[in-house]
Amino acid sequence: MTLKATPLNNAHRALGARMVDFGGWDMPVNYGSQIEEHHAVRTDVGMFDVAHMCVVDLEGANVRSFLRGLVANNVDKLQVSGKALYSCMLTPEATVIDDLIIYFINENWFRLVVNAGTAEKDIAWMNKQNEATGAGITITQRRDGANAMALIAVQGPNARAKVWEVIPQAKAPTAEMKPFNVALVPGTAFGEAMVARTGYTGEDGFEIGVAADQAEALWNALNAAGVKPAGLGARDTLRLEAGMNLYGQDMDETVNPLDAGLAWTIDLVSERDFIGKAALQAKGQNAQFVGLILREKGGVLRAHQKVIAASGETGEITSGTFSPTMQQAIALARVPMGVAVGDTVHVEIRDKKLAATVVKLPFVRNGKILVA
Amino acid sequence: MSNIPADLKYTESHEWIRAEADGTVTVGITAFAQDALGDIVFVELPKVGNTYTAGDDAAVVESVKAASDIYAPVSGEVVAVNEDVAASPESINADAYAAWLFKIKPSDAAAIDGLLDAAAYGKVAA
Repeated sequence: MTLKATPLNNAHRALGARMVDFGGWDMPVNYGSQIEEHHAVRTDVGMFDVAHMCVVDLEGANVRSFLRGLVANNVDKLQVSGKALYSCMLTPEATVIDDLIIYFINENWFRLVVNAGTAEKDIAWMNKQNEATGAGITITQRRDGANAMALIAVQGPNARAKVWEVIPQAKAPTAEMKPFNVALVPGTAFGEAMVARTGYTGEDGFEIGVAADQAEALWNALNAAGVKPAGLGARDTLRLEAGMNLYGQDMDETVNPLDAGLAWTIDLVSERDFIGKAALQAKGQNAQFVGLILREKGGVLRAHQKVIAASGETGEITSGTFSPTMQQAIALARVPMGVAVGDTVHVEIRDKKLAATVVKLPFVRNGKILVA
Repeated sequence: MSNIPADLKYTESHEWIRAEADGTVTVGITAFAQDALGDIVFVELPKVGNTYTAGDDAAVVESVKAASDIYAPVSGEVVAVNEDVAASPESINADAYAAWLFKIKPSDAAAIDGLLDAAAYGKVAA
């Protein structure tokens, strides 16, 4: 099977990246030391090829009401053009189809960004709901074909300044822009640029969308300006330190979002009905989603390791790694309801049961370690 | 990209072995292995005095992204372990052939002859 390639594939190879099969995509896992790439993002600026993710435009008179029923968060929080919202899209059984970001452009146009591995599934689902509800909206995927866009994430305390250096036209529209907002910037050297103050690292920065055939030029310009390329290895350690979920690992179509730490993204307060609401209210929360810090030497916390609470009940690590910023093994875990922040639990690693502390997420934000 | 010293022996599982004058063998992982693993963050060494049959799990090397078992290349008793590497796992990435893991006194002095030479390992680590 041929792997799919982003428009930046040649650029990665020219930089000597170690490439891997990531969900069917030929992607860079590092360009050297993933730990150095991680530190560059936390202390300075790094950039990620996220062109495998998919921009989906929803257009038409009924987009807002369509989205009200489609996703678990409430798009009526989006009233000012440019504002963004993080939400899950649920099955009728209240399990997670995907997590995504919704950008409000205008009443006839909402732009979504969905995960790479779930894009086809998501769009098929949206098409099905479009028919079922008679909403009559136009759904356009912008990853493949004529309208393709490519996303590059520039992240770190110096990210926005670097982007303004490389895309000077972006400065005026975004200098005062708050986090979780987007600006569409025309007339740049790379065509129209979507500049969103969002990211998956726990640092400040922009995720930039340009036409796919402009991506390599933008990447090279950012590189020449001193922005360090960072691969999927660093992306995973950064997002885990930031307490951010990874679809397919921390939750999937077998998982209730309330059990994946996503209650904050679900609006159960308003009268609005949405797909999965009834099932969600019926099921409620049955597990906690917590952070773990390994306290004894013996290995690295990893997905699927068993977690044993003091009560003897068990849970499971969903994502684990070695935190470069904290210099400790950390994990996200789904544990029984009785487990409390501050508890000591034990994790089975090979033939040992090693002590770990339960902590509140996130571990790290804006370069600072928040947990002891 | 070939960093395979000619004076060492090798296994298909990417360990290097050096025969010492006192009859012991020193074991580590190759440059190819450390490159594939990425940044190494944890090493678990065997206890001095442990005995192994060739092929037994003897040590573990963990990088950020994966855990890798290290096997005893020959049967014998562990006579020394490298505490410096346990304290600084990243030294394996810096110089895989300097960052030895453990030393074995082989139960069969000729066993090392059965291991791969540099040319044969070069085909494995292509």
